[in-house]
Amino acid sequence: MSSTVRLSTDPFDPAEALRQFAAGVPQAGGIVSFLGQVREGGGVEALELRHYAPLTLPAMEALAARVRERWSLDGLLVIHRSGTMQPGEPIVLVAAAARHRRDAFAAADFAMDHLKSESWFWKREKVAGEWRWIEPRPQDIEDLARWA
Amino acid sequence: MALELVFLGRLEDLAGSSGRAVPFAPSLAAVIAALEPDLSAAVKEPRIRYAVNGTLVQGDVELREGDEVAFLPPVSGG
Repeated sequence: MSSTVRLSTDPFDPAEALRQFAAGVPQAGGIVSFLGQVREGGGVEALELRHYAPLTLPAMEALAARVRERWSLDGLLVIHRSGTMQPGEPIVLVAAAARHRRDAFAAADFAMDHLKSESWFWKREKVAGEWRWIEPRPQDIEDLARWA
Repeated sequence: MALELVFLGRLEDLAGSSGRAVPFAPSLAAVIAALEPDLSAAVKEPRIRYAVNGTLVQGDVELREGDEVAFLPPVSGG
């Protein structure tokens, strides 16, 4: 099966990425995708994600390998942004293609939970001209326990 | 030669920059001890992880000339 993992420092087009992914897995009966985008509101003017090159992409690839071992998939797509984004801009796209939908739903859910709380990204947001770092939410850590 | 330090997340604000070169020190503990007191205390918090030359390390480790030491606070992706 094919698996695509990208760390993108430039904006990406999730619709085009999903179209290409789907075209590459015609044997899959279902594709589940999750798109995370910068939330509008709360006075947030911009969001920045930082990564640490020696760790971030290798760990994303290792996560993709775990997902593929755990579920029977025809394809897996993971794209994660780094850099500064405006409200409404895509941050992360995960798509899992499988013969049957249950595997695709679970694989995408697992990948997102681990991207949120175990991947090497640091997030800060700009409110009223001031940047502040975002700490992980307890909920993000609890979400991981579902997969133990 | 020296050591390269990298500060991620909120540690960058405390350190005043995302990275700096410091004089050689023989161990991770020695590097941490030589930082400013507030930064030194912050990187010793239990939730801070360390990487040397891009590989995660546990506890104190010996360092060599030119090593890159990264200080990694809890992550927040997605």
